[in-house]
Amino acid sequence: MNLTLKVWRQKNDKSTGQFVTIQANNIADDMSFLEMLDIVNDDLTRKGEDPIYFDHDCREGICGMCSLVINGRPHGPNQGTTTCQLHMRSFHDGQTIVIEPWRAAAFPVLKDLAVDRTAFDRIQQAGGYVNVNTGGVPDANAIPIPKRIADEAFESATCIGCGACVAACKNASAMLFVSAKVSQFALLPQGQTERYERAQAMVDQMDAEGFGNCTNTGACEAECPVGIKLTNIARLNREYLTAKIFRQEDVHA
Amino acid sequence: MSSKSKPLFSSSLGKKLIMSLTGLFLCSFLVIHLIGNLQLFKNDEGYAFNNYAYFMTHFAPIKVVSYLLYASIIIHAVYALILTTKNKAARPIGYNQSAGNENSKWNSRNMGILGTIILVFLATHMQNFWYQYKFGTTPYIEYNTEVATGNRQTISSDELPATYDGVKIFENNGVETVQTKDLYKQVAYTFQNPFIVLLYVVAMAALAFHLIHGFQSAFQTIGFNHRRYIGFVKSVGIWVFGVIIPIAFAAMPLYFFFKGL
Ligand code: HEM
Ligand code: SF4
Ligand code: FES
Repeated sequence: MNLTLKVWRQKNDKSTGQFVTIQANNIADDMSFLEMLDIVNDDLTRKGEDPIYFDHDCREGICGMCSLVINGRPHGPNQGTTTCQLHMRSFHDGQTIVIEPWRAAAFPVLKDLAVDRTAFDRIQQAGGYVNVNTGGVPDANAIPIPKRIADEAFESATCIGCGACVAACKNASAMLFVSAKVSQFALLPQGQTERYERAQAMVDQMDAEGFGNCTNTGACEAECPVGIKLTNIARLNREYLTAKIFRQEDVHA
Repeated sequence: MSSKSKPLFSSSLGKKLIMSLTGLFLCSFLVIHLIGNLQLFKNDEGYAFNNYAYFMTHFAPIKVVSYLLYASIIIHAVYALILTTKNKAARPIGYNQSAGNENSKWNSRNMGILGTIILVFLATHMQNFWYQYKFGTTPYIEYNTEVATGNRQTISSDELPATYDGVKIFENNGVETVQTKDLYKQVAYTFQNPFIVLLYVVAMAALAFHLIHGFQSAFQTIGFNHRRYIGFVKSVGIWVFGVIIPIAFAAMPLYFFFKGL
């Protein structure tokens, strides 16, 4: 199939970008969206033009590097898929596809479609870990955890940190990401020691990075490629407010 | 992990907490306000309604609550502005294409616009009744009820008599006399204006959509999403605050408008 792409092109983080129309010809249905861009880039390179710059790594939906807002939808029109797992059969011959980078003050555009997502890394560094002294390997079942809790923590832990939730939110809020990262520890015994400190530190960093507030529109949940639920956001609110209102002394804040 | 954290109300979650608590307080007021105002539908020349209006404006605990209420409206609107400003700044360059209703409901994305309509309505509403009742020219009415039979005679005038100083209730020869400001007549009079009726009806539609999202959103914001009760909270938000209450309020101006035709 042949497609018309309207792609955001921007030289670097200092310049202002604009949309450029590029033809994508002879695209097969079974190509992934990123393979389609590879073909377009081969063409551009052959013509001596600058290829379209976009983020990707694993191309199997697990690393969270790929992004792209495709016709207004982060990771494209399908539910529960990353852009690398989106196939061209979801489009039709002659279609115009508008491709934009994630838009958020906290995610500045580096070049073309790639944005700087280190704001997420800094939130993680603020509290998204558990301090443990290493030693002998602990016995696998030394700490009993009900399966229901283990499953819920696991579901929160599947967040791949792609940032589609921020891209989808009208306020560019990072609540879904932060709530997933706080939840995976808040639910498990290993996370209890730093439970309330963590919630406060990560929320503070989230605010400092310039993400918006949560209006509970649910756009993040609808666009999240791994299905992180809004219940995580309720839990983050609970963790943080509990920390602030009832546990302030415990955490020396 | 750093153990120095920012104060609650400087954080985004703290500001949302204020939004949700003031919002829920306003919701609780709507219920009380509606129950009181249902007396407008009584066919008693405003006897029950005028007594209720007097009670609401003169009973001390209710006065305290009413100041809390004015404060809540202001705080809710100010924080709406603060949050919206921050939200706009979080996305300086918008999208060329938008997902629209594909990933969220339109009312959840337009809480600020819906709220602004409600705010305009509230200003008009306060001027129409609260200001007129307290400081403006309100008509006057005297009810003379025979206690034994319940037969009632009324004397009304468009102006307050010079001697009027608050509601007077006394009994004489088995006749109960109530002299009061006639807010009921003021209501009936105000709702002869089709533009005011229209504004009230539109504002109630805006309130409905504001609360269909807002009521359940406030529970999510305070972190209440217990699986056993959240279904109930969501139904109350939709049916009580999104349907019953706005329709009942909107029925009042419509009732007086069509009654007066
Ligand atoms: C009777 C009047 C009102 C009631 C009962 C009400 C109720 C609510 C409730 C329950 C929420 C949800 C809070 C949350 O999600 O945490 C809310 C949110 C909101 N309200 Fe109101 N409200 C009223 C008037 C207003 C007015 C006058 C404005 C604006 C000037 C306004 C603007 C907003 C905005 C922008 C939000 C969304 C805030 C956010 O989620 O970021 N509301 N309201
Ligand atoms: S919550 Fe979902 S959308 Fe947000 S960063 Fe994690 S995986 Fe991506
Ligand atoms: S490239 Fe790794 S998730 Fe898409």
